[in-house]
Amino acid sequence: MHILVQQLINGLILGAIYGLIAIGYTMVYGIIGMINFAHGEIYMIGAYLCAIFLALSAAFGIDSLVIALLIVLVGTVVITSLYGFSVERVAYRPLRGHGRLAPLISAIGMSLVLQNYVQLSQGARDQAVPALFSGVFRSGTGDDFVQITHLQLLIVMVTIVSMAVLTWIIAKTPLGRACRATQQDRTMANLLGINTDWTISLVFVIGAAMAAVAGILITLNFGSFNFFIGFVAGIKAFTAAVLGGIGSLPGAMLGGIILGLSESLFAGLVNTDYKDVFAFGLLVSVLIFRPTGLLGRPEVEKI
Amino acid sequence: MKRIAIWTLAALAAALLALTGCTKKEQAGEGTIKIGIAGPITGPYATFGEQLVKGTELLAERINAAGGINGRTIEIVQGDDQCDPKQARSVANRMVSDKVIAVVGHFCSSSTIPASEVYSENNLLMITPASTNPQVTERNLSTVFRTCFRDDQQGNYAGDYIANTLKPKAVAIIHDKDTYGQGLADATRARLKDAHGIEAKLYEGVTRGDKDFNSLVTKMKGLGIDIVYFGGLHSEAALIVRQMREQGMNATTFMSGDGVATDEFAQLAGDSSQGALNTFAADPSRLDSAKSVVDAFRAKNYEPVGFTLYSYAAAEVIVAALQANGASPDGKALGAWLHGNSVNTVLGPVEWDDKGDPKVAPLGIWEWQKGADGKFHSVQIK
Repeated sequence: MHILVQQLINGLILGAIYGLIAIGYTMVYGIIGMINFAHGEIYMIGAYLCAIFLALSAAFGIDSLVIALLIVLVGTVVITSLYGFSVERVAYRPLRGHGRLAPLISAIGMSLVLQNYVQLSQGARDQAVPALFSGVFRSGTGDDFVQITHLQLLIVMVTIVSMAVLTWIIAKTPLGRACRATQQDRTMANLLGINTDWTISLVFVIGAAMAAVAGILITLNFGSFNFFIGFVAGIKAFTAAVLGGIGSLPGAMLGGIILGLSESLFAGLVNTDYKDVFAFGLLVSVLIFRPTGLLGRPEVEKI
Repeated sequence: MKRIAIWTLAALAAALLALTGCTKKEQAGEGTIKIGIAGPITGPYATFGEQLVKGTELLAERINAAGGINGRTIEIVQGDDQCDPKQARSVANRMVSDKVIAVVGHFCSSSTIPASEVYSENNLLMITPASTNPQVTERNLSTVFRTCFRDDQQGNYAGDYIANTLKPKAVAIIHDKDTYGQGLADATRARLKDAHGIEAKLYEGVTRGDKDFNSLVTKMKGLGIDIVYFGGLHSEAALIVRQMREQGMNATTFMSGDGVATDEFAQLAGDSSQGALNTFAADPSRLDSAKSVVDAFRAKNYEPVGFTLYSYAAAEVIVAALQANGASPDGKALGAWLHGNSVNTVLGPVEWDDKGDPKVAPLGIWEWQKGADGKFHSVQIK
């Protein structure tokens, strides 16, 4: 029984990881209707920056774990946000209004540029970060226990909290109103005095910041990373976002959890070989019956 | 105006093509002897590519310092296949068009097999220092040779060790769905079943590139697995063993094959690498024939771990074959010579059977242990 519970927990953690990265995809799509394929690479850059800042903290002789993590958090989020901002300015803004295809190709191109840039400048090998968190919560007796490590619990909490905070921002704050207005009718929003360019840039920056946080947490959790993790994580997170309804923040969380649970449970109860087949098969079946995803808004034809 | 421009361009293009033709002719006869080294120079498995390149490059340096092959210097041509079968094919084609005389490579069996078909069609000798899948030499290609062991030998050795020394209650055999990884896992599983009557309690495949193996680990915990045998490479192996220890599977032995024969495994797994076992060739750096070469590597601040000395040996074999056959690029002739002669290499004297496998390929069991310097090292324990 405890094995089943543990598999559920594994699925939840995996789902939280997918959800955390899916936030970026869903927010960008929500505001300008474009899939930012370079988002996975922003996450990968966050992972590298985390390792770099950890190494810098160690080099400067910082003993306190809390201070080192603070440096890592601030440094990574700031620089990754800069990356997110620049990618938008360089690759997407010039192509706004030129249809849907051009920005898409530009995004894929940007993704390849970032991958190769990191591969060339940081080397192609797997890199490791030291295991900083070894605490674990265990419940049960003797060998039959169920566990979640401190870091895994942190990942789940951060995902839920950021999802809640961002949903509140979109619904209740002036910034959120500007985002919704820009998404509904960009020209009208401009006429009404909303600086849509800045709003869109801000959304990209928030997405990049979330990707940075994801990069830090996931890298500390697994301990290793390389230049290619963005591609793999990006596909799964994008799938989670679509499954839950792209454009909807709670949808990203829901999609992530469903994807994570289906992968974990299938791997645990059936076999590991075909877990991806099962997970993506599930995606296809959901989309057949609900093309806009589970929590997605049906496309309304604007007259 | 436009017409003149087009004709000028056409004339220039023709002239350029003719010039490239000239350079090619020069290199065919005299000049340097090109030896290719192909493997994952970049990519996630670049750590192994580095072992291969360093091995061959040192040999080339030493031969060139001693006067080269019949007076001609060796030039190393690198080909990067990133352990990807599609790239391996194009690397092989490029080696052929660059007029390389022989190739040391590739690394991943899934790359070596398609590349060897290209080399064989173009009559180019290929010696792999690290591809261990049996299929490499089972296809009757006379230009393909190995300086390393085969996975059926490795699987047998691992299976015997597990059954006789580790005496498991429940064995899990995991692979990474790749030619090498699954081949090795299957060989071990077959040996355990056929020679020792032990059935693997769990036999599953994971995907290369995945990071989260927690559901697999939980499943193994639930089945009471006490020995995990993994056929695959270090990136996945390190994560699996790390997640095993995180979930409290501390009494379970983790064993793998030559795919974890790199310091990067210990780097990625951290403290979880303590006690991890792997089969690998018996340490060549202990042999007398290897002493001066190992010292030469150490003088360059490089410890010849893993497949380095096997790559060195492969290059030595190529040089010996070329010296005895007048530096002829005829792969079949070189191959025939190798079948009939033994070559003294850093691994000792090497002789081949008619498939191209070395007749003697001693294996050993290595364990990852924490050294006095706080770092993990692989030490041969059997």
